Amino acid sequence: MNILAPFQKKSKDVSSQVFKASRRDFIKIGGMLTGGLVLGINFFSCNEKGKKISTLAPNVYLRITSDGEVVIIAHRSEMGQGIRTSLPLIVADELGANWSKVRIIQAEGDEKTYGSQNTDGSFSVRMFYKPMREAGAIAKLLLIQAAAQKWDVPITECDTENSQVIHKTSNKSIGFGELVETAKNSPIPALKDIKLKDRTQFNMIGHQTPIIDLHDIVSGKAIFGIDAVVENMKIAVIKRCPTLGGKVKSFDDKKTLSIPGVIKVIPIKGGDIPPTIEKPLSGVAVIAENTWAAIKGRDALEVEWDLGPNAQYDSTKQLEELTQEVQKSGTLRRNRGDFNKAKAGAKQLIEHTYIAPYLAHATVEPPNALAVIKNGSCEIWAPTQHPQGARDAVASALGINAEKVKVNVTLLGGGFGRKSKPDFIVEAAILAKESGLPIKVQWTREDDLHHDFFHALSVQRIVATIDQDNKLSGWNHHIAYPSISATFDAAVLQAADGELGQGATDFPYNVPSIKVETHDAKAHLRIGWLRSVRNIPQVFAIGTMLDEIAEARKMDPIAQALELLGDDRSITFNEEMVNGTYTNYGENISDYPWETARMKNVIQRVAKEAGWGKKLSSGSALGFAAHRSFLTYVACIVEVSVDSNKKISIHNVHYAVDCGTAVNIDRVKSQFEGGAQFSASLALKSEITVKNGRVVQNNYDGYQIIRMPESPKQIHVHIIDSEAKPTGVGEPPVPPFTPALCNAIYAATGKRIYKLPIDLTS
Amino acid sequence: MAKYSIQVNGKTHEVDVMDDMPLLWVLRDVLAMKGTKFGCGKALCGACTVNLDDTAIRSCSFPISAVGKGKITTIEGISEEGNHPVQQAWEKYVVPQCGYCQTGQIMNAVALLKSNSSPSEQEIEQAMQGNLCRCGTYNRIKEAILSVAAES
Ligand code: FES
Ligand code: FES
Repeated sequence: MNILAPFQKKSKDVSSQVFKASRRDFIKIGGMLTGGLVLGINFFSCNEKGKKISTLAPNVYLRITSDGEVVIIAHRSEMGQGIRTSLPLIVADELGANWSKVRIIQAEGDEKTYGSQNTDGSFSVRMFYKPMREAGAIAKLLLIQAAAQKWDVPITECDTENSQVIHKTSNKSIGFGELVETAKNSPIPALKDIKLKDRTQFNMIGHQTPIIDLHDIVSGKAIFGIDAVVENMKIAVIKRCPTLGGKVKSFDDKKTLSIPGVIKVIPIKGGDIPPTIEKPLSGVAVIAENTWAAIKGRDALEVEWDLGPNAQYDSTKQLEELTQEVQKSGTLRRNRGDFNKAKAGAKQLIEHTYIAPYLAHATVEPPNALAVIKNGSCEIWAPTQHPQGARDAVASALGINAEKVKVNVTLLGGGFGRKSKPDFIVEAAILAKESGLPIKVQWTREDDLHHDFFHALSVQRIVATIDQDNKLSGWNHHIAYPSISATFDAAVLQAADGELGQGATDFPYNVPSIKVETHDAKAHLRIGWLRSVRNIPQVFAIGTMLDEIAEARKMDPIAQALELLGDDRSITFNEEMVNGTYTNYGENISDYPWETARMKNVIQRVAKEAGWGKKLSSGSALGFAAHRSFLTYVACIVEVSVDSNKKISIHNVHYAVDCGTAVNIDRVKSQFEGGAQFSASLALKSEITVKNGRVVQNNYDGYQIIRMPESPKQIHVHIIDSEAKPTGVGEPPVPPFTPALCNAIYAATGKRIYKLPIDLTS
Repeated sequence: MAKYSIQVNGKTHEVDVMDDMPLLWVLRDVLAMKGTKFGCGKALCGACTVNLDDTAIRSCSFPISAVGKGKITTIEGISEEGNHPVQQAWEKYVVPQCGYCQTGQIMNAVALLKSNSSPSEQEIEQAMQGNLCRCGTYNRIKEAILSVAAES
């Protein structure tokens, strides 16, 4: 299993991997069992009337049947980002398919066949844009060859549209289905022989396409993990040890077993440190006929815990300790120039400490998974971002070969990084094995908030120096938070390169001296990654500090950002990294350089769109921040007002975005709309605290998510028209919103924000 | 355990369940109607919203024993083809992201529009504040509701 999944290297050679699968390999698509019905098995050998059909299957993502049906395989997990629509539409556009008739099928987890399916790190379109285009273009060429042969015309005179090959000069056309028999017998063209569409020929890429699951969702028919059912399925609800590293000492299940509907009680081993992402926590599972009986049975359990090494842990105390810690000098991670000299010669020194809390993912669909074990094989249905990781984790937990594990991916009721961890799927597999029954493990909201893989709390201190010429001459960033790596290796005490490379070590500005230092911070909870990960605290600190520096320099913050970015150039950070590398979101910096011109462009665009500098009604103010993450350049301006009761209203949010080629404009916009709301939640509402090793918040009353009345009112997304390679859009909206909001609040009230969530009353 | 006869989407269902079983689990686990979702179990998120007569209720915190003769409508029951005006508006504005909260949002909006056919923006915000969306689709929800109100 990949230790730092969000910072993984992408598999380099996606194309060759995808196309080497033989066209005759029959891809069996798992039938989802729902409400006792078996859906969608065996599409390819017979049509509905039982007539034999043949199939053109030029690659693993695409099937065209002699009935004329175009079937596209969606192999990445859908959790609201629209990927089940965006990748298939790329195939369909290149192929010239009739989109309204295309059928989309979700692939099971199988890396050998599909390449990486780890839906994380805003990777999907970036990684699969080209392979998807090639998949469509290869099939198109095969079909065109077949038609040209039939009509005896040159292939150059043929094209495809609406699932037909057309011959323009003679006005002839023929449906894809009629060409399948011929096409399937020709050799697969080499990649070098296919011609991808010119941008001007796109019918779908760069346009707006509604998500394919839209109708199912609004009519309540969409199948999420929680909805997957098999015959004789039982529900398991688990009481897990409230402290990390704690274990079950003993338990009494008498009362539990007397509850109608409760079938069995099974203890689960676990509670190791490091916790990893694939091992369950120590606990006791109640298996019942229905969810309510399982929940009641769990409530009635009496468990004595050995609370382990974290029984005394207190998150408020740790924040205090880390605040002390960052005052010292730390481990040098990036160095440019001589910060001490800058400090000695400074006209003014600005120094602040920034504090941010633990956060939970709190997907509205809590984790859940269904496992069925039969004849030594295990089949899973789960809302997972990472079916291949789940497959390996289940195989190792059951002690069977990964070939014997099949993972079916349902829709995800939100992911945000939580559902890339397979722990809850492993629980289902273990319980299915021990009970001999098909088991659906259902987490409650309380379970989810108590036992998440948390976004880590953090303390940072930034010291900035302004020289005699009013220039920003020095930047010293101290960082302390428990690392995600500690989830896999308890000896890790400081931030990993991949974490620092999310704003801190890739600080792009022209400052003569830069020093980034890290400090020890021990992990006392399971630490994970949450939408945009370490960019959240790092960019909160950096973005608000830059605003404060601009004020000290009596400069407009946008003018300062443009000044500090300097001339058009590509920045590489590696030569200044100390004993480390800049990970660039898993991409080679020469393929995806950090380009100041693109950043300046989004900044200028957002300033124009938001009317930066315009006169606002009194009490209202604008705030600005900009950041590149997941290779996408984003500038953000937030307009707020604060009333006499300190109530914050967010009237407008403007984003300018350069994400290279935008595949589905509507879903890029919706990701930014949602990203602003997500960031508003963490800026204004959300906080996890820990006392005596236990998470204090139990449900959405304690752990709050922004609700409609206080949510940002208007979110305007301005997308830069670009032909560049597509980059991430799921995560990049989150980081710059929070500092832009804080800066707007300062402009409106004169109060600087150094701690999240924002509390204007303190 | 006790026997109850409840009206769901115009049909009568006989169920034999614990009397404190929330309507949510009766719908999902006993009647296999999966459109109504579980998010918090404590009336804090709105994912489980259904209508009892014309009022929105949180089915996760509504015991079966309290249903009585009331008529329950779930997402499966507001239209045959998924084409209730509110559902159509949701499609027009492509409201859903992950979609998980949306059936609850729609059922809450349906009840709102029954009691107030042309709510103001503020009234919408107040009425919808019990329905969380972690994906952040609030603005499109508001637009969709306003569009239904404008057409009625
Ligand atoms: S599940 Fe009922 S309100 Fe959340
Ligand atoms: S659409 Fe995902 S929670 Fe609302």
